[in-house]
Amino acid sequence: MNTMSAEPIQAVDPMAPRWYRILQRRRENHDTFTLELTPEDGGAPMAFAPGQFNMLYVFGVGEIPISISGDPSQPQRLIHTTRAVGTVTKAMSRLGKGDLLGVRGPFGTSWPLAEAEGKDVVVVTGGIGLAPLRPAIYQLLAQREKYARIVLLYGARTQEDMVFRRELERWSARLDVEIFATVDRATSGWRGNVGVATTLIPHAPFDPDDTIALVCGPEVMMRYTVAALEKRGLEHEQIYISMERNMKCAVGFCGHCQFGPQFICKDGPVFRFDQVRAIFGKWEV
Amino acid sequence: MQTMKDLIAEHPFFRGLDPEHLDVIAGCAQNVRFQAGEFLFREGDEADRFFLIRHGRVALSTYIPERGAITIQTIGAGEVLGWSWLFPPYRWHFDARALEVTRAIAFDGKCLREKCQADSKLGYELMRRFASIMMDRLQATRLQLLDVYGGRS
Repeated sequence: MNTMSAEPIQAVDPMAPRWYRILQRRRENHDTFTLELTPEDGGAPMAFAPGQFNMLYVFGVGEIPISISGDPSQPQRLIHTTRAVGTVTKAMSRLGKGDLLGVRGPFGTSWPLAEAEGKDVVVVTGGIGLAPLRPAIYQLLAQREKYARIVLLYGARTQEDMVFRRELERWSARLDVEIFATVDRATSGWRGNVGVATTLIPHAPFDPDDTIALVCGPEVMMRYTVAALEKRGLEHEQIYISMERNMKCAVGFCGHCQFGPQFICKDGPVFRFDQVRAIFGKWEV
Repeated sequence: MQTMKDLIAEHPFFRGLDPEHLDVIAGCAQNVRFQAGEFLFREGDEADRFFLIRHGRVALSTYIPERGAITIQTIGAGEVLGWSWLFPPYRWHFDARALEVTRAIAFDGKCLREKCQADSKLGYELMRRFASIMMDRLQATRLQLLDVYGGRS
Protein backbone atom coordinates (compact mmCIF):
# COMPACT_ATOMS: atom_id res chain seq x y z
CA MET A 1 0.00 0.00 0.00
CA ASN A 2 1.34 3.39 -0.94
CA THR A 3 0.56 5.69 1.97
CA MET A 4 2.67 8.58 0.73
CA SER A 5 1.02 11.98 0.66
CA ALA A 6 2.23 15.39 -0.32
CA GLU A 7 -0.71 16.99 1.48
CA PRO A 8 -0.54 17.59 5.24
CA ILE A 9 -2.21 14.91 7.36
CA GLN A 10 -4.50 16.03 10.21
CA ALA A 11 -4.01 14.47 13.63
CA VAL A 12 -7.00 12.30 14.61
CA ASP A 13 -7.05 13.53 18.22
CA PRO A 14 -4.60 16.44 18.36
CA MET A 15 -4.65 16.96 22.12
CA ALA A 16 -4.31 13.36 23.31
CA PRO A 17 -0.83 11.82 23.38
CA ARG A 18 -0.63 8.26 22.15
CA TRP A 19 1.91 5.93 23.69
CA TYR A 20 4.80 4.82 21.53
CA ARG A 21 7.54 2.39 22.45
CA ILE A 22 11.14 2.89 21.38
CA LEU A 23 12.21 0.09 19.03
CA GLN A 24 15.65 1.42 18.35
CA ARG A 25 17.90 4.33 19.29
CA ARG A 26 20.69 5.29 16.92
CA ARG A 27 23.45 7.81 17.49
CA GLU A 28 24.00 10.13 14.52
CA ASN A 29 26.85 12.22 15.91
CA HIS A 30 28.11 13.49 19.28
CA ASP A 31 24.80 15.14 20.27
CA THR A 32 22.26 13.96 17.72
CA PHE A 33 20.24 10.77 17.92
CA THR A 34 17.41 9.04 16.09
CA LEU A 35 14.53 7.20 17.73
CA GLU A 36 12.44 4.60 15.94
CA LEU A 37 9.00 4.27 17.54
CA THR A 38 6.01 1.96 17.25
CA PRO A 39 2.52 2.52 18.67
CA GLU A 40 2.09 0.71 21.98
CA ASP A 41 -1.60 0.02 21.31
CA GLY A 42 -0.71 -1.91 18.16
CA GLY A 43 -3.14 0.24 16.21
CA ALA A 44 -2.81 1.89 12.83
CA PRO A 45 0.50 3.59 12.10
CA MET A 46 0.60 7.37 11.91
CA ALA A 47 0.48 8.57 8.31
CA PHE A 48 2.30 11.85 7.74
CA ALA A 49 3.46 14.11 4.96
CA PRO A 50 7.12 15.16 4.55
CA GLY A 51 7.87 18.25 6.61
CA GLN A 52 5.30 17.63 9.35
CA PHE A 53 6.20 17.32 13.01
CA ASN A 54 5.00 15.59 16.18
CA MET A 55 4.91 16.64 19.80
CA LEU A 56 7.00 14.14 21.76
CA TYR A 57 6.34 13.87 25.47
CA VAL A 58 8.92 12.55 27.91
CA PHE A 59 6.81 11.60 30.91
CA GLY A 60 7.45 13.81 33.90
CA VAL A 61 9.80 16.09 31.97
CA GLY A 62 7.95 17.83 29.17
CA GLU A 63 6.77 17.92 25.61
CA ILE A 64 8.55 19.34 22.55
CA PRO A 65 8.01 19.57 18.80
CA ILE A 66 10.27 17.38 16.67
CA SER A 67 10.15 16.89 12.91
CA ILE A 68 9.48 13.46 11.54
CA SER A 69 12.62 12.21 9.78
CA GLY A 70 11.43 8.82 8.54
CA ASP A 71 10.09 7.47 5.29
CA PRO A 72 6.44 8.44 4.63
CA SER A 73 5.96 5.16 2.77
CA GLN A 74 6.84 3.25 5.95
CA PRO A 75 4.70 4.97 8.60
CA GLN A 76 4.77 1.87 10.81
CA ARG A 77 8.29 3.02 11.74
CA LEU A 78 7.81 6.47 13.22
CA ILE A 79 11.25 8.08 13.17
CA HIS A 80 12.46 11.25 14.82
CA THR A 81 15.93 12.76 14.89
CA THR A 82 16.95 15.47 17.32
CA ARG A 83 19.87 17.02 19.20
CA ALA A 84 20.28 16.64 22.94
CA VAL A 85 20.43 20.34 23.78
CA GLY A 86 17.51 21.13 26.13
CA THR A 87 15.92 19.60 29.21
CA VAL A 88 13.49 17.41 27.30
CA THR A 89 15.83 16.32 24.52
CA LYS A 90 18.57 15.50 27.05
CA ALA A 91 16.10 13.36 28.98
CA MET A 92 15.00 11.81 25.70
CA SER A 93 18.59 11.02 24.80
CA ARG A 94 18.82 8.90 27.95
CA LEU A 95 15.87 6.73 26.90
CA GLY A 96 16.55 3.43 25.23
CA LYS A 97 14.95 0.47 23.54
CA GLY A 98 11.65 -0.48 25.21
CA ASP A 99 11.02 2.89 26.88
CA LEU A 100 7.77 4.77 26.28
CA LEU A 101 7.08 8.23 24.88
CA GLY A 102 3.88 10.17 24.36
CA VAL A 103 3.26 11.31 20.80
CA ARG A 104 0.75 13.84 19.46
CA GLY A 105 0.50 14.57 15.78
CA PRO A 106 1.18 14.88 12.97
CA PHE A 107 1.01 18.66 12.78
CA GLY A 108 1.78 21.45 10.38
CA THR A 109 2.28 21.99 6.69
CA SER A 110 4.38 19.89 4.33
CA TRP A 111 6.96 20.32 1.59
CA PRO A 112 5.34 21.13 -1.79
CA LEU A 113 6.28 17.93 -3.60
CA ALA A 114 3.22 17.90 -5.86
CA GLU A 115 3.94 21.45 -6.96
CA ALA A 116 7.53 20.51 -7.70
CA GLU A 117 6.56 17.80 -10.17
CA GLY A 118 8.18 18.28 -13.56
CA LYS A 119 10.69 20.75 -12.15
CA ASP A 120 14.20 20.70 -10.82
CA VAL A 121 14.26 20.34 -7.06
CA VAL A 122 17.15 21.78 -5.08
CA VAL A 123 17.32 20.87 -1.41
CA VAL A 124 19.54 23.18 0.63
CA THR A 125 20.15 22.17 4.20
CA GLY A 126 22.62 22.43 7.02
CA GLY A 127 23.31 20.45 10.16
CA ILE A 128 20.30 18.67 11.58
CA GLY A 129 18.13 20.59 9.09
CA LEU A 130 18.49 17.48 6.95
CA ALA A 131 16.13 15.62 9.33
CA PRO A 132 12.88 17.42 8.36
CA LEU A 133 13.90 17.15 4.71
CA ARG A 134 14.76 13.46 4.73
CA PRO A 135 11.10 12.37 4.31
CA ALA A 136 10.87 14.69 1.29
CA ILE A 137 14.03 13.18 -0.19
CA TYR A 138 12.66 9.66 0.33
CA GLN A 139 9.51 10.65 -1.48
CA LEU A 140 11.31 12.47 -4.30
CA LEU A 141 13.49 9.42 -4.90
CA ALA A 142 10.55 6.99 -4.63
CA GLN A 143 8.80 8.94 -7.38
CA ARG A 144 11.94 9.89 -9.25
CA GLU A 145 10.27 9.93 -12.66
CA LYS A 146 8.06 12.85 -11.64
CA TYR A 147 10.92 15.31 -11.23
CA ALA A 148 13.66 16.74 -13.42
CA ARG A 149 17.00 17.20 -11.65
CA ILE A 150 17.23 16.54 -7.92
CA VAL A 151 20.11 18.30 -6.20
CA LEU A 152 21.00 18.12 -2.51
CA LEU A 153 23.33 20.74 -1.06
CA TYR A 154 24.31 19.83 2.48
CA GLY A 155 26.49 21.76 4.90
CA ALA A 156 27.72 20.71 8.31
CA ARG A 157 30.12 22.10 10.86
CA THR A 158 32.61 19.27 10.34
CA GLN A 159 32.43 15.85 8.74
CA GLU A 160 31.95 14.35 12.22
CA ASP A 161 28.83 16.49 12.69
CA MET A 162 27.10 15.23 9.55
CA VAL A 163 23.91 13.26 10.10
CA PHE A 164 22.61 10.31 8.07
CA ARG A 165 26.09 9.60 6.69
CA ARG A 166 25.20 6.16 5.35
CA GLU A 167 22.22 7.52 3.48
CA LEU A 168 24.19 10.43 2.06
CA GLU A 169 26.68 7.89 0.74
CA ARG A 170 23.91 5.69 -0.67
CA TRP A 171 22.20 8.63 -2.37
CA SER A 172 25.55 9.82 -3.73
CA ALA A 173 25.99 6.45 -5.42
CA ARG A 174 22.79 6.94 -7.42
CA LEU A 175 23.16 8.30 -10.93
CA ASP A 176 19.90 10.27 -10.84
CA VAL A 177 20.54 12.59 -7.92
CA GLU A 178 23.40 15.03 -7.38
CA ILE A 179 24.74 15.59 -3.91
CA PHE A 180 27.23 18.21 -2.86
CA ALA A 181 28.40 18.31 0.73
CA THR A 182 30.56 20.89 2.41
CA VAL A 183 31.89 21.55 5.89
CA ASP A 184 32.53 24.84 7.67
CA ARG A 185 35.72 23.44 9.15
CA ALA A 186 37.91 20.76 7.64
CA THR A 187 39.13 18.13 10.04
CA SER A 188 41.76 15.55 9.23
CA GLY A 189 40.74 13.11 6.56
CA TRP A 190 38.12 15.35 4.95
CA ARG A 191 38.72 15.49 1.20
CA GLY A 192 35.53 17.29 0.21
CA ASN A 193 34.42 20.90 -0.05
CA VAL A 194 35.20 23.47 2.63
CA GLY A 195 32.96 26.52 2.99
CA VAL A 196 29.40 27.24 4.07
CA ALA A 197 26.45 25.59 2.33
CA THR A 198 25.54 28.78 0.48
CA THR A 199 28.82 28.62 -1.48
CA LEU A 200 27.47 25.54 -3.26
CA ILE A 201 24.51 27.41 -4.72
CA PRO A 202 26.09 29.53 -7.51
CA HIS A 203 27.37 26.53 -9.46
CA ALA A 204 24.86 23.84 -8.51
CA PRO A 205 23.27 22.15 -11.55
CA PHE A 206 19.67 23.38 -11.64
CA ASP A 207 17.67 25.67 -13.89
CA PRO A 208 16.65 28.72 -11.83
CA ASP A 209 13.67 29.37 -14.10
CA ASP A 210 12.16 25.98 -13.40
CA THR A 211 13.21 25.00 -9.89
CA ILE A 212 11.61 24.59 -6.50
CA ALA A 213 13.99 25.08 -3.57
CA LEU A 214 13.42 23.37 -0.22
CA VAL A 215 15.47 24.95 2.55
CA CYS A 216 15.93 23.95 6.17
CA GLY A 217 18.62 24.81 8.66
CA PRO A 218 19.42 27.37 11.34
CA GLU A 219 17.46 30.55 10.59
CA VAL A 220 20.54 32.65 9.88
CA MET A 221 21.75 30.02 7.44
CA MET A 222 18.36 30.14 5.71
CA ARG A 223 18.62 33.94 5.39
CA TYR A 224 21.94 33.63 3.57
CA THR A 225 20.58 30.72 1.53
CA VAL A 226 17.55 32.69 0.34
CA ALA A 227 19.86 35.55 -0.66
CA ALA A 228 22.08 33.16 -2.65
CA LEU A 229 19.05 31.57 -4.34
CA GLU A 230 17.71 35.03 -5.23
CA LYS A 231 21.08 35.93 -6.70
CA ARG A 232 20.94 32.74 -8.74
CA GLY A 233 17.60 33.95 -10.14
CA LEU A 234 14.90 32.21 -8.08
CA GLU A 235 11.74 34.11 -7.19
CA HIS A 236 10.41 34.05 -3.63
CA GLU A 237 7.50 31.93 -4.83
CA GLN A 238 9.97 29.20 -5.78
CA ILE A 239 11.57 28.98 -2.33
CA TYR A 240 10.16 27.06 0.66
CA ILE A 241 11.62 27.20 4.15
CA SER A 242 10.89 25.31 7.36
CA MET A 243 10.63 27.57 10.41
CA GLU A 244 11.13 26.74 14.05
CA ARG A 245 9.69 28.52 17.08
CA ASN A 246 8.63 27.72 20.62
CA MET A 247 5.68 25.46 19.80
CA LYS A 248 3.63 24.29 22.79
CA CYS A 249 0.09 23.30 21.83
CA ALA A 250 0.78 22.60 18.12
CA VAL A 251 -2.76 23.52 17.13
CA GLY A 252 -2.75 27.32 17.18
CA PHE A 253 -4.37 27.80 20.61
CA CYS A 254 -1.58 29.01 22.84
CA GLY A 255 0.14 31.55 20.62
CA HIS A 256 3.68 30.67 21.74
CA CYS A 257 4.83 30.19 18.16
CA GLN A 258 3.10 33.23 16.68
CA PHE A 259 5.13 34.71 13.85
CA GLY A 260 3.46 37.93 12.74
CA PRO A 261 0.03 36.94 11.45
CA GLN A 262 0.96 33.25 11.32
CA PHE A 263 1.30 30.42 13.78
CA ILE A 264 4.32 28.29 12.97
CA CYS A 265 2.60 25.17 14.33
CA LYS A 266 -0.45 25.25 12.08
CA ASP A 267 0.38 27.67 9.24
CA GLY A 268 3.92 26.26 9.06
CA PRO A 269 6.46 24.96 9.72
CA VAL A 270 6.88 24.89 5.94
CA PHE A 271 6.21 28.26 4.34
CA ARG A 272 6.56 29.52 0.82
CA PHE A 273 9.08 32.31 1.31
CA ASP A 274 6.86 35.12 0.02
CA GLN A 275 4.42 34.30 2.88
CA VAL A 276 6.99 35.28 5.52
CA ARG A 277 9.42 37.50 3.62
CA ALA A 278 8.20 40.75 5.18
CA ILE A 279 9.01 39.61 8.72
CA PHE A 280 11.69 36.99 8.14
CA GLY A 281 14.83 37.93 10.03
CA LYS A 282 13.19 40.76 12.01
CA TRP A 283 13.89 40.88 15.76
CA GLU A 284 10.69 42.61 16.74
CA VAL A 285 8.25 39.96 15.51
CA MET B 1 38.59 24.42 -31.91
CA GLN B 2 37.92 26.85 -29.10
CA THR B 3 40.14 29.88 -28.87
CA MET B 4 41.40 31.34 -25.60
CA LYS B 5 38.85 34.12 -26.05
CA ASP B 6 36.05 31.51 -26.30
CA LEU B 7 37.23 29.73 -23.16
CA ILE B 8 37.39 32.97 -21.21
CA ALA B 9 33.98 34.12 -22.49
CA GLU B 10 32.24 30.95 -21.34
CA HIS B 11 33.64 31.09 -17.81
CA PRO B 12 31.05 32.55 -15.37
CA PHE B 13 33.50 35.14 -14.07
CA PHE B 14 33.82 36.88 -17.43
CA ARG B 15 30.34 36.12 -18.79
CA GLY B 16 28.99 39.14 -20.66
CA LEU B 17 32.32 40.95 -20.93
CA ASP B 18 32.66 43.27 -23.92
CA PRO B 19 34.21 41.26 -26.84
CA GLU B 20 36.88 43.94 -27.28
CA HIS B 21 37.92 43.50 -23.69
CA LEU B 22 37.94 39.73 -24.13
CA ASP B 23 40.46 40.19 -26.96
CA VAL B 24 42.61 42.37 -24.73
CA ILE B 25 42.67 40.06 -21.71
CA ALA B 26 43.10 36.92 -23.81
CA GLY B 27 46.58 38.21 -24.58
CA CYS B 28 47.45 37.84 -20.89
CA ALA B 29 46.04 34.31 -20.52
CA GLN B 30 47.25 30.75 -20.90
CA ASN B 31 45.85 27.29 -20.23
CA VAL B 32 47.35 25.49 -17.25
CA ARG B 33 46.90 22.07 -15.68
CA PHE B 34 47.81 20.85 -12.21
CA GLN B 35 48.06 17.32 -10.91
CA ALA B 36 46.36 16.35 -7.65
CA GLY B 37 48.58 17.53 -4.81
CA GLU B 38 50.41 20.11 -6.92
CA PHE B 39 50.56 23.69 -5.60
CA LEU B 40 49.17 26.51 -7.73
CA PHE B 41 50.90 28.96 -5.39
CA ARG B 42 52.45 29.13 -1.94
CA GLU B 43 51.83 31.58 0.89
CA GLY B 44 54.34 34.46 0.81
CA ASP B 45 55.36 33.93 -2.81
CA GLU B 46 54.92 36.67 -5.38
CA ALA B 47 51.28 36.91 -6.48
CA ASP B 48 51.72 37.32 -10.18
CA ARG B 49 48.67 35.44 -11.50
CA PHE B 50 45.05 34.56 -10.98
CA PHE B 51 43.09 31.56 -12.18
CA LEU B 52 39.71 30.81 -13.69
CA ILE B 53 39.05 27.22 -12.64
CA ARG B 54 37.58 25.21 -15.51
CA HIS B 55 37.68 21.69 -14.06
CA GLY B 56 38.81 20.26 -10.76
CA ARG B 57 39.06 21.62 -7.24
CA VAL B 58 41.62 23.60 -5.30
CA ALA B 59 42.08 23.89 -1.52
CA LEU B 60 43.11 27.21 0.00
CA SER B 61 45.02 26.46 3.15
CA THR B 62 47.41 27.84 5.70
CA TYR B 63 49.97 26.09 7.83
CA ILE B 64 49.60 26.19 11.61
CA PRO B 65 52.47 24.76 13.64
CA GLU B 66 51.48 21.58 15.49
CA ARG B 67 48.20 21.44 13.55
CA GLY B 68 49.50 21.21 10.01
CA ALA B 69 47.85 22.57 6.88
CA ILE B 70 44.31 23.80 7.60
CA THR B 71 41.98 24.15 4.65
CA ILE B 72 40.08 27.44 4.79
CA GLN B 73 38.04 27.02 1.64
CA THR B 74 37.79 24.98 -1.52
CA ILE B 75 37.39 26.54 -4.96
CA GLY B 76 35.86 24.58 -7.82
CA ALA B 77 34.94 24.72 -11.49
CA GLY B 78 33.35 28.00 -12.53
CA GLU B 79 35.05 29.94 -9.76
CA VAL B 80 37.96 32.36 -9.67
CA LEU B 81 41.06 31.95 -7.56
CA GLY B 82 43.43 34.71 -6.46
CA TRP B 83 43.18 38.46 -5.99
CA SER B 84 46.49 39.23 -4.27
CA TRP B 85 47.92 40.13 -7.69
CA LEU B 86 45.70 43.22 -7.65
CA PHE B 87 47.21 44.99 -4.65
CA PRO B 88 50.73 45.64 -3.37
CA PRO B 89 52.79 43.97 -2.05
CA TYR B 90 51.55 41.29 -4.48
CA ARG B 91 52.11 38.33 -2.16
CA TRP B 92 49.89 35.28 -1.68
CA HIS B 93 48.20 35.02 1.71
CA PHE B 94 47.45 31.30 1.49
CA ASP B 95 48.63 28.11 -0.13
CA ALA B 96 46.57 26.83 -3.06
CA ARG B 97 46.85 23.12 -3.79
CA ALA B 98 44.98 21.05 -6.37
CA LEU B 99 42.83 18.36 -4.70
CA GLU B 100 42.32 16.62 -8.02
CA VAL B 101 43.50 17.15 -11.58
CA THR B 102 42.66 20.79 -12.17
CA ARG B 103 42.49 22.70 -15.44
CA ALA B 104 42.40 26.47 -15.37
CA ILE B 105 43.08 29.62 -17.32
CA ALA B 106 45.94 31.54 -15.72
CA PHE B 107 46.20 35.29 -16.21
CA ASP B 108 49.45 37.21 -15.94
CA GLY B 109 48.75 39.80 -13.22
CA LYS B 110 51.33 42.35 -14.32
CA CYS B 111 50.13 42.17 -17.93
CA LEU B 112 46.51 42.69 -16.82
CA ARG B 113 47.38 45.55 -14.48
CA GLU B 114 49.12 47.36 -17.34
CA LYS B 115 46.13 46.86 -19.63
CA CYS B 116 43.77 48.12 -16.92
CA GLN B 117 45.95 51.22 -16.46
CA ALA B 118 45.71 51.90 -20.19
CA ASP B 119 41.95 51.23 -20.39
CA SER B 120 40.07 52.48 -17.36
CA LYS B 121 36.79 50.97 -18.60
CA LEU B 122 38.39 47.53 -18.60
CA GLY B 123 39.94 48.26 -15.22
CA TYR B 124 36.56 49.24 -13.77
CA GLU B 125 34.89 46.14 -15.20
CA LEU B 126 37.56 43.85 -13.78
CA MET B 127 37.48 45.51 -10.36
CA ARG B 128 33.68 45.36 -10.32
CA ARG B 129 33.75 41.62 -10.93
CA PHE B 130 36.44 41.01 -8.33
CA ALA B 131 34.60 43.19 -5.81
CA SER B 132 31.50 41.04 -6.26
CA ILE B 133 33.54 37.88 -5.60
CA MET B 134 35.15 39.50 -2.56
CA MET B 135 31.74 40.45 -1.18
CA ASP B 136 30.41 36.91 -1.65
CA ARG B 137 33.43 35.46 0.11
CA LEU B 138 33.24 38.01 2.92
CA GLN B 139 29.57 37.09 3.48
CA ALA B 140 30.41 33.38 3.41
CA THR B 141 33.23 33.93 5.89
CA ARG B 142 30.90 35.84 8.21
CA LEU B 143 28.43 32.98 8.10
CA GLN B 144 31.29 30.55 8.73
CA LEU B 145 32.36 32.61 11.76
CA LEU B 146 28.84 32.50 13.19
CA ASP B 147 29.25 28.75 13.64
CA VAL B 148 25.52 28.40 13.10
CA TYR B 149 25.31 24.66 13.67
CA GLY B 150 26.46 24.98 17.27
CA GLY B 151 29.60 23.68 18.86
CA ARG B 152 30.28 20.66 20.98
CA SER B 153 29.04 21.20 24.50
